[in-house]
Amino acid sequence: MISPTKEELITINLNGLEVEVPNGMNAVEAAALHGHEVPHYCYHPKLSVAGNCRMCLVEMGTPMRDRATGEPILEEDGSPKIGWVPKPVIGCATNVSSGMHLRTESDLVSECREGIMEFLLVNHPLDCPICDQAGECRLQEFATDYGRGYSRYVERKNVKPKRTRLGPRVTLDDERCILCSRCIRFSQEVAKDDVLGFVDRGSFSTLTCFPGKELSNNYSLNTVDICPVGALTSTDFRFKMRVWFLKESKSICVESSAGCNTTVSSREGVIQRITPCRNDLVNDTWMTDSGREIYKTVRSEDRILRPSVKGEDQPLNETISSAVNILQENKIGLVASCHSTLEEQILTKKLADLTKAEIFLRGHFGEDDGILLSADRSPNLRGALVTGLIQEYPEDNLLALNDAITKGDVEVLLVMNEDLIKSGISEENLAKVKVVYIGTHSNSSSQNADIVLPGLSVFEKGGSFINRSFLLQSFELCIPGPVGLKSQAEVLSAIIAQLSNEECISTNLDSIWELVNSGQIDLLSSITYADLKVAPVQLDGSRWSQLNFVEKEALNYRPLAS
Amino acid sequence: MNEQTPKERRIILKHADDPTYSNRISCYLREGGYEVLKKAFGMKPEEVGEEVLKSGVRGRGGAGFPAGMKWKFLDRKSGKPIYLICNADESEPGTFKDRQIMYKDPHQLIEGMMIAAYAIGAKQAFIYIRAEFHEGARILNQAITEAKENGYCGDNILGSEYSCDLVVHRGAGAYICGEETGLIESLEGKRPNPRIKPPYFPAVLGLYQCPTIVNNVETLCNVRHIIEMGGEEFSKIGKPNNTGTRIWCVSGQVMKPGYYEFECGALTMGQLIFDVCGGLLPGRSLKAVIPGGSSAKVLRADERFTGTLKDGSEFDWGLEDIPLDFDGPMAAGSMSGSGGIIVMDDTVDIVEAMANINAFYAHESCGQCTPCREGSLWMRKITQRMCSGGAREEDADLLLSVAKQIEGRTICAFGEAAAWPTQSFVTKFKDDFIKKASESSDDRNPQTLQLI
Ligand SMILES: Cc1cc2nc3c(=O)[nH]c(=O)nc-3n(C[C@H](O)[C@H](O)[C@H](O)COP(=O)(O)O)c2cc1C
Ligand code: SF4
Ligand code: SF4
Ligand code: SF4
Ligand code: FES
Repeated sequence: MISPTKEELITINLNGLEVEVPNGMNAVEAAALHGHEVPHYCYHPKLSVAGNCRMCLVEMGTPMRDRATGEPILEEDGSPKIGWVPKPVIGCATNVSSGMHLRTESDLVSECREGIMEFLLVNHPLDCPICDQAGECRLQEFATDYGRGYSRYVERKNVKPKRTRLGPRVTLDDERCILCSRCIRFSQEVAKDDVLGFVDRGSFSTLTCFPGKELSNNYSLNTVDICPVGALTSTDFRFKMRVWFLKESKSICVESSAGCNTTVSSREGVIQRITPCRNDLVNDTWMTDSGREIYKTVRSEDRILRPSVKGEDQPLNETISSAVNILQENKIGLVASCHSTLEEQILTKKLADLTKAEIFLRGHFGEDDGILLSADRSPNLRGALVTGLIQEYPEDNLLALNDAITKGDVEVLLVMNEDLIKSGISEENLAKVKVVYIGTHSNSSSQNADIVLPGLSVFEKGGSFINRSFLLQSFELCIPGPVGLKSQAEVLSAIIAQLSNEECISTNLDSIWELVNSGQIDLLSSITYADLKVAPVQLDGSRWSQLNFVEKEALNYRPLAS
Repeated sequence: MNEQTPKERRIILKHADDPTYSNRISCYLREGGYEVLKKAFGMKPEEVGEEVLKSGVRGRGGAGFPAGMKWKFLDRKSGKPIYLICNADESEPGTFKDRQIMYKDPHQLIEGMMIAAYAIGAKQAFIYIRAEFHEGARILNQAITEAKENGYCGDNILGSEYSCDLVVHRGAGAYICGEETGLIESLEGKRPNPRIKPPYFPAVLGLYQCPTIVNNVETLCNVRHIIEMGGEEFSKIGKPNNTGTRIWCVSGQVMKPGYYEFECGALTMGQLIFDVCGGLLPGRSLKAVIPGGSSAKVLRADERFTGTLKDGSEFDWGLEDIPLDFDGPMAAGSMSGSGGIIVMDDTVDIVEAMANINAFYAHESCGQCTPCREGSLWMRKITQRMCSGGAREEDADLLLSVAKQIEGRTICAFGEAAAWPTQSFVTKFKDDFIKKASESSDDRNPQTLQLI
């Protein structure tokens, strides 16, 4: 995790020990810093404090002062006399101050937790065997950690709606809702789409959408993530998989230059869901709904699964050799991609240098939502700047390439990912050039290519991207790629090796980074891939401050001052 | 009536039952209305506040907090507007005094409020009136119009520079709207979910996150009388720390239930029930009294209350000896709360009374925080089952345990309001609860007894 910014440290007494914590931090976080869990439901570090679940009750006292003189009152041994608040207080709304005493472990605190757990469970359905949340459910976890262990409840349980459609992607089971209001606060405060609320009173309170509204914004699935129980469920993931079968890997969302950190959950090589992973510099704990859908492209119909030459399937090595043959010709154009990883871009640049190719690159732009879907709809445009593929800010087309073909300056094209027709290359011009296509999915480029070299999706390889804030972040392999396929980096390495009659650069990322560290790219020269795997690296993007980046001010992002 | 029984001293309800008096401004002016407002406007706002502080008047809404002190907590440094809110949500079971004031003498409240607004520097004041008081809202609106026409409210009051608008806001129809921070939320147009304190103390972060004073109807009416007679003089009414009069709302099995205004400490519980209210119904004996609205702890007729008072004197009281003021019921382990005195005689089934109270609190919990939301309904279900033939011996202890898990762990004082009745009923009448178990048979459907 990223270390918090330096704050004033103060000393408090936590369960009898003097410890240092940042001034004003709430007691839940302060205790956690020193290894004491304060269980909580409604508190969420990125939302306002509601204080309604009462699970975080702790004992609190402050040094007493004389009313008249303001002088501290001392015990006989000279230590400050502590005025303990007679009732337990909620940790989430208690901000620490110097000399404060906290007890997060005491008989009273245990009793409080036991009581709250019992109350939360009396009207809770026994759905665990069929509940999506089981295995990652706070109610289950705290029931075993802090609960009484048996039930004293013999009355009938409340009955509430079991499958309310709140929106296109979220289904609500009201009986499981513990009324923590996290989802409501998220909708108001982060998504800025105030559509959820409670109706009715007391234990009959029921979460619902306001009349005529639905939870359909592009952040709706975050409510499912932060719901501490199985009340809000993803309609997509509902009843599909027990979470304890899932393998979790850290990844980066490729939807836009925001670079949301994600957790990709897969089972036996098949991705089941994508959820956000906390990064306070980037996405806090959120991501878009649309970004979660991207895993579906891994197994989509238009995925390219075999290398081919002139439409005929060929073994990979032979296809690479055919590509090398074409690339030895003159007048080569290279369409680089802001969807490529930084490592792929480094190799693309090397290949361009080797073949004296002219480099073209298209940007992909859309509406900026001011939160986590930025106007730059590619994960690594800044990578193309850093690796020197481009110097100017790109257009959202390849018209320059089209002109170059028309003029006869380009006769052979190596294309990374891009769809040439959709980028403004005329059919006529496309017919004039020989095309080597490296990419994951079929498009006009692959359909018209002489040689097609399939690549791996972002989930099937490791690498790194530079996000809109010039934060360099790595991601790991989540699932194996289709049988027999190699990553774009390996394919590019093999082509480079054959073209230069050298040994293959390598197949692993560490050795590509050795290339980087040999000083070719000054901004990256002191970074190793091993470091990057541990924590993201903030790059200094100021040399590009005169470029007109399309992103608008958004969550954790401010445009470079030009 | 017994000779020694003290006479009512009607200050607040002075004109309430005068057949020649109506709620129109003409009557109010006839009786010297708005003269005190003129007096107050001749003083500095701080001086008005000082008088209220000196008077020692305590809040009549339930908690009994000194009004002058509350006003002093106002955050004046923030520079934000200051609001005054009159809490007219009166919904504590057993309480019906504010309604009398508003229906019968609304101008008294308006005058009190304008004085209070002047003292605290509020330019906008609200009367948050219980939803069910349709007629009350109409009367108040009519009175405000009259007051505005006469320059006693609204723009340039009494020709001065000072303006304060007054708006009647109809409540949202729930008991919890009377809790001051819930009231504020409701006034802002939201669900009346009480706020967490800290940080949301109304005097600092109240209505629209601005400093706000919330006072009960009766409290604000007292302000008028305090300024009329001076704080010093007012403080001589009643007893030290229990100044002024109180309106006791008596309900239950007495001959003459109703509202009675007495100087604080002027009479005992016994005098009120047996003399003022004409005693119990014929042939009945006293079983229990709830002294301050349904959330106050119940007192048993044959209990002895002993201890030491604040002034150091020892006391040894029976129920009938408890002096009626703020401190008396408090010393007896309960509270005078909102002044709602509920009398229960020997025909009352204590468990059923408990079930009724529990039904109220389960129905009225806002549902925000876990202990109150779940605990109140659970207690309702237990007592409902007990009254429907399904009582078990262990239920008494279970009720106590549930109540204990609520008390002191909730966002607002509703938690205590819900827990205290159970804690006192079950502790003091444990035998009645145990006996239910032996009377029980399982052939009745626990869902049949519909309480509210
Ligand atoms: C659950 C609950 C309900 C309340 N209802 C009322 C009410 O109906 N009227 C009222 O004046 N105060 C009520 N109060 C007390 C208010 O919160 C507040 O203390 C009072 O209005 C302050 O006025 P005072 O200082 O003049 O008494 C209630 C408190 C609680 C906890
Ligand atoms: S929300 Fe948790 S405790 Fe409730 S049914 Fe689901 S898994 Fe079980
Ligand atoms: S649905 Fe989930 S997040 Fe929303 S209030 Fe209920 S428990 Fe909390
Ligand atoms: S104590 Fe009861 S009424 Fe008060 S906030 Fe909590 S749930 Fe609502
Ligand atoms: S976490 Fe819910 S009250 Fe503190």
